[in-house]
Amino acid sequence: MRELRRWRTLITLPLLAVLLAACSSVQPWVKPYEREHLADPIMQIDPNPVASVYLDHVFESREDARGATGGVGGGCGCN
Amino acid sequence: MSNWRIRWLTVAVACGAIAYADVLPDDRADALWHYYGGGGITVEGPSLLVRKKIGDNLSVAVNYYVDMITSASIDVVTEASPYKEIRRQETISADYLRGKTTYSGGFIDSVEPDYNAKTSFLAVSQSMFGDLTTVSMGYTRGWDIVGKTLHGIIDPDFHPRADRRNWSIGVTQVLTRNLLASLNFETDESEGYLQSPYREARYFTGAGDGYSFEPQVYPKTHTSNAASVELKYYLPWRAALTGDARVYEDTWGVSAEDGSLKYMQPLKHNLTLDTLFRYYTQTHATFYSDLFPYANSQNFLARDRELASFRSMTVGAGISYQMPVTRFSWLDKATVNLSVDHLRVNYLDFRDDLVSAPTPQQEPLYVLTANVVEFFISAWY
Repeated sequence: MRELRRWRTLITLPLLAVLLAACSSVQPWVKPYEREHLADPIMQIDPNPVASVYLDHVFESREDARGATGGVGGGCGCN
Repeated sequence: MSNWRIRWLTVAVACGAIAYADVLPDDRADALWHYYGGGGITVEGPSLLVRKKIGDNLSVAVNYYVDMITSASIDVVTEASPYKEIRRQETISADYLRGKTTYSGGFIDSVEPDYNAKTSFLAVSQSMFGDLTTVSMGYTRGWDIVGKTLHGIIDPDFHPRADRRNWSIGVTQVLTRNLLASLNFETDESEGYLQSPYREARYFTGAGDGYSFEPQVYPKTHTSNAASVELKYYLPWRAALTGDARVYEDTWGVSAEDGSLKYMQPLKHNLTLDTLFRYYTQTHATFYSDLFPYANSQNFLARDRELASFRSMTVGAGISYQMPVTRFSWLDKATVNLSVDHLRVNYLDFRDDLVSAPTPQQEPLYVLTANVVEFFISAWY
């Protein structure tokens, strides 16, 4: 579990920093008029959720690992 | 009971839509036909998803999903009987937007002849720092009832339960004008009857084929943790490259890593090409063995392939065509999509006992190859 604890720390610390920083005013470093590329449909986190979640399920049915795929995962993988 | 149970399928559908917390998901409908074929199993069926805003702050979604399964996999051929079954899943979910916070919740009901699962979920996400950062948290609770059929007849005396809890937290961050990053962490706890009532463990006898089978015995509790990072980059020639990596460990001794690369390239004539490469590897559970030395040799016994050591590779491609919708004034956009994925799993300690060998240890290692096809039409309105 040591490696996972390291990952958990790596994710939790920036998250805490983000939450604590919310108490102060942070100026966005990417201005709204600079987000043309980010607004392009090809940059959506998950443009086709029905299809991508189905493929995630195909993997989870064959593998023991699950979760942290962007949404909430699950499945017992038995039989 | 099949491993094609996807109690939480639409949890991810619902949560996937909250990457940007201060905007409700688009109104859209998806009609998908899915097919999986490989290892003696075929699974196909439809999935229908409709999402609609009600007023300015509420979006509701319903999903109907069907798996039609025909299974003559190596497990059922050697330890049970081939079977056909249908699983139906219905989901209702809602997203409520208040300021820069989105509250989500829903309920999923999955029914198949020998497995019932009910799942509820809650999630909240908050957009901050000029919408550069989105933090999300979720909680999922599941109640399963396991059944068993004997020669097509439900065993009325067999109905153990399994309870499941899941916590997730994640942050999506705009790093530059071309780069998005996402970090996710998830903990999953299960308690109760966590094994298949059909599959069996194999042990050495020295007589006949040299082996025999006994019932599997799983622990009654299972806890897992998974952490992932994903980066999505906009390339100068209008294309998107996505890379992700994930680590996983659980209390059964399994550790896994996987990573994938996805490339999306818009083409001429309203076409968009998608490609995927994915690699996955895991170690076996502490109580897994392909062949135990004798019957009842330890407290916990498993020979499920999902708990074995293996490596897996997937390659896939998809094409999407954006259809003209000028005739239909109520439609904003519509696409027709086809994707094909091929996966190959090389097991490192699970042997193909359908092949006769002088001794069980001389059977070849099992290799699974499978194809996955998805065809779907999406409409935004």
